Amino acid sequence: MTPLQIIFIIVAVITLFAAIKVVSSRNLVHAALWLILVLFGIAVFFVILSAGFFAAAQVVIYIGAIAILMIFTIMLTRRVARDSGAQHNSNWWAAAVLSLLLFTGLSWILSRWQGFQSTAQPMLESADPLRQLGEGLVAPGGYLIPFEVASILLVAALIGAITVAWERK
Amino acid sequence: MTTGSVWEWIIKSVVIVFGLLTGFAYLTLLERKVLAKIQVRIGPNRAGPMGLFQPLADAIKLIFKEEIIPSRADKIIFVLAPIITVIPALIILGVLPFGGIITLFGRQISLSLADLNVGVLYITAIASISIYGIVLAGWSSNNKYAMLGGIRSSAQMISYELALGLSFIGPILLSGSMSLHDIVAAQKPLWFVVYQPVGALIFWIATLAEVNRAPFDMPEAEQELTAGYHTEYSGMKFALFFMAEYIKMIAVSAIAATLFFGGYRFVLEDQYPILGPVWLLGKVIVLLFGMIWVRATLPRIRYDRLMAFGWKFLFPLALANVFFTAIGIVLEKLWLIPLLTIAVFLGAVVMVGISETRRWRSHVF
Repeated sequence: MTPLQIIFIIVAVITLFAAIKVVSSRNLVHAALWLILVLFGIAVFFVILSAGFFAAAQVVIYIGAIAILMIFTIMLTRRVARDSGAQHNSNWWAAAVLSLLLFTGLSWILSRWQGFQSTAQPMLESADPLRQLGEGLVAPGGYLIPFEVASILLVAALIGAITVAWERK
Repeated sequence: MTTGSVWEWIIKSVVIVFGLLTGFAYLTLLERKVLAKIQVRIGPNRAGPMGLFQPLADAIKLIFKEEIIPSRADKIIFVLAPIITVIPALIILGVLPFGGIITLFGRQISLSLADLNVGVLYITAIASISIYGIVLAGWSSNNKYAMLGGIRSSAQMISYELALGLSFIGPILLSGSMSLHDIVAAQKPLWFVVYQPVGALIFWIATLAEVNRAPFDMPEAEQELTAGYHTEYSGMKFALFFMAEYIKMIAVSAIAATLFFGGYRFVLEDQYPILGPVWLLGKVIVLLFGMIWVRATLPRIRYDRLMAFGWKFLFPLALANVFFTAIGIVLEKLWLIPLLTIAVFLGAVVMVGISETRRWRSHVF
């Protein structure tokens, strides 16, 4: 095994364990913290795949913005931080079978892919994935229109949020 | 990767971390001395010559103080929170270039830890993590003042992060790279503060809010919240919060110097690369003095004013700054950028002044 594979396995185990704790811990703030660990693990996967931009974006957006908003909301809401109800209902076995089926199905599809067995090649020194991503997003031949549509969607969401929160006098 | 280069990394990291810790200790002394001079006091002068051993005395006092954990606190998070606060402060400078390449013992050594091609993004990422320590400290203390301080700090830091992130875009656009090494190299003819006067100002104000310094020290406003998020902390745990704040001050000053004031470059640096860290340190000290000066001069801003300032003034101004920077670069007339942005800045100041005066006259506060 290469050192990268060992790191991958360690991070994967930590991420999966944290993911289980997200749904099983009874304290909402603790659950949010475990979720942050999961998101951090995903960022490490991006680093292992030498996608530094996505790793940084993952940390900025998910850990720095979304998770902090979750914690903020939990803190502003009183007496929801502790949950004492049952953690699963009578349908838990159906969900377990379904997720097992999904996992085996996905693994089967992936195993038919030709790159499944090959090890990853190290990135060329001359490659500049950041520039390629930028050009892919805004070059006329790239994904300019989807990019702009996403921007319009975000502006619409912003205006919507302001409209909802507006205090009319 | 050879063993030699691994050792080089380890030695560099240790030097950076110890430099920051020593810098923290003497920054507290500098702040107390400067504040004392501004307020016509003497300041610490007992421990050692000119009070130079004062940080040492403080450290010994804090180590021997009793550590109290409130009985109904969330113990694990209560202990983790100071650590979570300090780590981002220590690692944020990992991508900063401290100088060029020097030859030492027959080895070419570059005076920087790492040259990430997404260096600026790394800094924003680490800065966004550093909120957690304060929020969790406030929440886990099981204390209403601490909780309010934590909530305030999260709201404040999220709000000012937007303006901070946008002020990074000016240097990125001008240098065409997110690597801090390229940004320093692009400032060889002229510092970016000349092209980005408003961007540098926005960066400066937003970082004051990010490190919770006066006049934005709402999370620990003494009169309202006793000590805010660290009310329940004592001994070394309190010292860790203190340490994080001062290390962050050093870090953001170093980042400001790198982005807008030419980094480690200054006269004679080309001939003698060893001067690089010295120049950087000089610029950092000047910027730190500015921060202390602001603390001694300005009173704390009221909380609603702080949010209004961040969202209604600083954020639109940062957007306008990005817009006009892009226009200047597209037209290839870089001298347009400072003219346009300063005009917009002055216009915004006048508009805010007019509307505030009108509000004041009609007594609708």
